[in-house]
Amino acid sequence: MGSYVPSTPAERQQMLAALGMEDALQLYADVPEAMLLTGPLDLPAGKSELQVRGEMEALAAQNTRYGTILRGAGAYDHYIPSIVKYIPAKEEFLTAYTPYQAEISQGILQSIFEYQTMICELTGMDVSNASVYDGATAAAEAAAMCRDRKRSVTLISGAAHPDVINTVRTYCYGTGHALRVVPVKDGVTDALKALLTPDVSSFIVQQPNFFGQLEDAKALGALVHEAGAQYVMSCNPISLAILASPAECGADVAVGEGQPLGLPLGWGGPYLGIMAATQKLMRKLPGRIVGQTTDAEGRRAFVLSLQAREQHIRREKASSNICSNEALCALTAGLYLATMGPEGLQEVARQSMAKAHYLCSELCKLDGVARVYPGAFFHEFVTTLPRQDAVLAALSKAGILGGLPVDGGVLWCATEKVTKAELDRAVAIVKEVLAG
Amino acid sequence: MKLIFERSVPGRRSAILPSCDVEAAPLDEAFARQRELRLPELSETDVSRHYTELSKQVYGVNCGFYPLGSCTMKYNPRIDEEAASLPGFTGIHPLAPEADTKGCRAVLDEAARYLCEISGMDAMTFQPAAGAHGEFTGVLLIKQYHDARGERQRTKIIVPDSAHGTNPATAAMCGYEVVNIASSADGCVDLDALRAALGPDTAGLMLTNPNTVGIFDKNILEITRLVHEAGGLCYYDGANLNAVMGVVRPGDMGFDCIHMNLHKTFATPHGGGGPGAGAVGCKDFLKDFLPRSALMEGEGRLQVRAFAGNFLVVVRALAYLKTLGREGVPEAAKNAVLNANYLMQQIKGSFEPAFDRVCMHEFVLDLSRFKKETGVSALDVAKSLIDRGMHPPTMYFPLIVHEALMLEPTETESKQTLDEAAAVFRDLYRQAYDDPEPMHTAPHGTPIGRPDEVKASRTPVLRWRQD
Repeated sequence: MGSYVPSTPAERQQMLAALGMEDALQLYADVPEAMLLTGPLDLPAGKSELQVRGEMEALAAQNTRYGTILRGAGAYDHYIPSIVKYIPAKEEFLTAYTPYQAEISQGILQSIFEYQTMICELTGMDVSNASVYDGATAAAEAAAMCRDRKRSVTLISGAAHPDVINTVRTYCYGTGHALRVVPVKDGVTDALKALLTPDVSSFIVQQPNFFGQLEDAKALGALVHEAGAQYVMSCNPISLAILASPAECGADVAVGEGQPLGLPLGWGGPYLGIMAATQKLMRKLPGRIVGQTTDAEGRRAFVLSLQAREQHIRREKASSNICSNEALCALTAGLYLATMGPEGLQEVARQSMAKAHYLCSELCKLDGVARVYPGAFFHEFVTTLPRQDAVLAALSKAGILGGLPVDGGVLWCATEKVTKAELDRAVAIVKEVLAG
Repeated sequence: MKLIFERSVPGRRSAILPSCDVEAAPLDEAFARQRELRLPELSETDVSRHYTELSKQVYGVNCGFYPLGSCTMKYNPRIDEEAASLPGFTGIHPLAPEADTKGCRAVLDEAARYLCEISGMDAMTFQPAAGAHGEFTGVLLIKQYHDARGERQRTKIIVPDSAHGTNPATAAMCGYEVVNIASSADGCVDLDALRAALGPDTAGLMLTNPNTVGIFDKNILEITRLVHEAGGLCYYDGANLNAVMGVVRPGDMGFDCIHMNLHKTFATPHGGGGPGAGAVGCKDFLKDFLPRSALMEGEGRLQVRAFAGNFLVVVRALAYLKTLGREGVPEAAKNAVLNANYLMQQIKGSFEPAFDRVCMHEFVLDLSRFKKETGVSALDVAKSLIDRGMHPPTMYFPLIVHEALMLEPTETESKQTLDEAAAVFRDLYRQAYDDPEPMHTAPHGTPIGRPDEVKASRTPVLRWRQD
């Protein structure tokens, strides 16, 4: 059996003897005897490292790995540079706890401060926190931070990711606040104005939205502000390299799913909740925030700051209960952004967009395939697709994960990682099935 | 050291992507970014050196003894990391068809079997991304249960005053009024205070057992019985599960739902503050309220985040559970408790335990007399430990003990490490009486001294700006 207990049986007896005991069970004298487990747990016996490796590899082998992924919908298959895989695996980064002891945690604290700065640059916002769990919880936390006594209703675009909408709904159910979903027409948010009643605290829009479409984010922001509410934009961070930043669109809070910034698909997690806001909302931001200060000798130092907002001080009056966040994912995202640089990130965005547009135009040359929604899109789009199941099965057989079936068609995605040759091959397979 | 932005040189870059092999897609000006994108410009060498330098200013479990109470800083096995980096896990899209993700689903099923058996629960979700997120999920189970029964008058959650701050914050996020009840002298639930707090408006009780001072509440069956009698449910905060796993089960203590911190009890790394994973288990009658992803599994249920959870963290925990197995799980718990009691016994005689009795996996030192006599605070001792190569214990928690230092050695430390740590504590105790001055300004051998936190808070500098 495997074990990570270093003390030998003899040492354990010595330690027990020092306590005047013979058996470790004596340590559990406070546990009512009737409750103590009498037999062994109904679990397999412990295994050696070699056996565990074999079993874990066998589990991984039961999954199908696709060489070409044309599916996004909230999880994107971007290229991850080698260095972005290696550095977060350093044991110091991996095994440290939350940096409460600043003197021996400057490395983590500085990495978060750098991450916060990069998120501010990407979004154009004034302040960023150190991360929350994922893009969906970031949206839910944003809704919470925008509420006040007079305004408690949250609006969210129906073109946002279904998991984001449902997560915000769940958080609203928790506190007992209303959530209203804004209708969608032609694949974008519609009829927002009518819903902007005086009790609305915030409106959440996703850019690009779940269908890949570009929302008229500036116009939506203007409507929200006219109604006296706060504007929350949920953005794909890669797209921000070329799309108008939340600040340029008038957002009060910018959130987003940080997975595209160097994190693997990993069947959904761990991912990264990006969250940034205007200066005005700084003290309402939930979660940890790192600040710069000095030590007694005037040296630059980083600390967890503004802790008076947080649960360990405010308890039931805190705006959020978050403590553990996604620090290592934030470090990874910062590392990814530093590795790619401004030009590299713009290149990822431009190439993803170019390849999606190429895929779209090639697919739409086929009979029965057409875009479902008009208007501009970034790197995802919805098409009609006859014989959908047969097409996706044929693609799968060829090692290609096709688009995601959604209402009215299939949601396709392309990133910089796929080559023209791969796209041509995918389109040829679709053509063949449709012809057959 | 330099910030990454201060290393930036205009025009410097890494060669990562080939040039684009399809025609560029035009972007309408109305949608385009006007604002300059000011990210650092670096070579790969610059990036590598920068992060290596950062890593040298971090103290991890791999660096040395890390007795941070309530955080269970046990060794993080490397095989678990390798398992989580298998391409058959990392490369799987969360929305890939069910038939393509049999391995991922088997990981969750198998991990659920282990954790249900250990916790005494019937069903498990892995959606929550951390302990506090698990608490939120668990208390939402309680809320949905009462709502489904039309008992909306149950508006209060009872939380002992010794609880971690997340408990009351969680209850508030679930729309509940928090009823704080005082603890008895040993940090356990005061049964009279509990009886007085219970009523037709009670939704439930949030409790950790062993409690936050490291003592197993021997009245636990009576506590859960009283709550159930009043129509409330009992939530188990699994923060301290490492003390009892495989020895006694929360399900057998009368709890209805529980969260477990995979990043504490099941050895997945803390990553400098996350990602964790907060598996939530419940008894059969609550399982229809467990969250699930609308996109993966259909609408109609609540969900606390996107997709299935911090899956790669669950992979690590499963590799750990497979390694320990039925004998290793209780062995870990018993040795965690043995190590804590042994360390406490070795320190006793200098610093005083707040509760001089057998503890579970952690114990609290009360430095109030010591501070009165020497002027040296718990903070000073904690900072002095840094210069002796140790990570400090948790400071000033739980709130019910003044000048508290809370130590949790975990089972993965050897007798030698504990003996050496105890010697350091005894030595610092003596130093406080002989030569306290340096302790007030410790640590001395670190890249920075104590940072000015007041300044950080009064004049917040939360991002770098070019001068």
